[in-house]
Amino acid sequence: MAGKLKKIVTDPLSDNNPITIQVLGICSALAVTTKVDTAIVMSISLTAVVSFAALIVSLMRNMIPGKIRIIVQLAVVSSLVIFADQLLKAYVFDISRQLSVFVGLIITNCIVLGRLEAFALGNKPGPAFLDGLGNGLGYSAVLIAVASMREILGFGTWHGIQLMPAGYQGNGLMLLAPGAFFCLGLLIWAQRQIIKKFETA
Amino acid sequence: MDLVNLAIKNIFVENILLSFFLGMCSFLACSKKVETATGLGMAVIFVQSITVPANWAIQHFFLKPGALAWTGIAGMESLDLSFLTFICFISTIAFMVQIVEMTLDKYFPKLYTSLGIFLPLIAVNCAILGGSLLMNERGYDLTHASVFGVSSGAGWALAIIALSAVRKKLRYSHMPEGLKGLGMTMIMTGLMALGFMSFAGINL
Repeated sequence: MAGKLKKIVTDPLSDNNPITIQVLGICSALAVTTKVDTAIVMSISLTAVVSFAALIVSLMRNMIPGKIRIIVQLAVVSSLVIFADQLLKAYVFDISRQLSVFVGLIITNCIVLGRLEAFALGNKPGPAFLDGLGNGLGYSAVLIAVASMREILGFGTWHGIQLMPAGYQGNGLMLLAPGAFFCLGLLIWAQRQIIKKFETA
Repeated sequence: MDLVNLAIKNIFVENILLSFFLGMCSFLACSKKVETATGLGMAVIFVQSITVPANWAIQHFFLKPGALAWTGIAGMESLDLSFLTFICFISTIAFMVQIVEMTLDKYFPKLYTSLGIFLPLIAVNCAILGGSLLMNERGYDLTHASVFGVSSGAGWALAIIALSAVRKKLRYSHMPEGLKGLGMTMIMTGLMALGFMSFAGINL
């Protein structure tokens, strides 16, 4: 049983990563990754929202009528997101400004709804919470990897610490939208090459 | 002229998908065939042009600080409900999508069958909620909000149709195993975003 629970948490980290394998929640993965700071805050918010949403939905799973489950899920998720948004505004206002609409967009982040639909609706609260946690961490891993690549190449710093030599000219492309697509594309390539999981199409 | 500029800006220069990354999930999932991409694109334009003005009205008449002053009830003018923005916007969207689906089913069955399966998907498309939130953040008035709704939807549709055409060709090309599918699609999208950035030179 313990092994199974552990697998629920570790599986989404690489073998079944929500972003690179399940193709969920890409929007925010690209948008908030110009700096490591914003990526970390976003990761924590999403992980918290997805784990608690999974827990709550799983607790209510026998009471939710099948037909209106999407609305119920959206209501649970948006309440949690409002909570997260207010907390961010209160404690890290600058970063909350930089994240702009993307905190609100956690509501429609496919990872959250995808995991609720696929796992939390049919499982006990404990495993559901762990599944949410695992997927949140998998998302965080990709987010921080992409953000590190973009910040190091774009600004020459990591988390505000100067890494590149002083004369380093920042690569502006990395900070723009196409840079995000390239970084994530290359990351996906590398990861799939390592774990040998290929698509046919 | 101002409105035309806004429309051009939202379709090409600040394309909601290629520069704000909104609606990536359905963009990647439904861009394998041109027909599917066109259907979804049309549905997004349609829903976006309804929900953005609707959410504008909700924001303007209910949620903004002091917005409830029109009710004339004492104490209402100092009420600030803006913390309810997310939940109100998402419920409006879910509600609107449901109404649109039912109306189309009843009065335009032909259109319904062509858009049919895509409509429910749209309720959770971040381009729709993102559009409303961006509209809110930029503080548009009603006409600007409506134009923004239509043009951002059109920009999204343009991007997905273009990508689906590219992916059709990609299917027959040889590339490293690990790059097939998602990896290559990401990089193609990046190249498209790079192409769209050249529109930024337009002086509006």
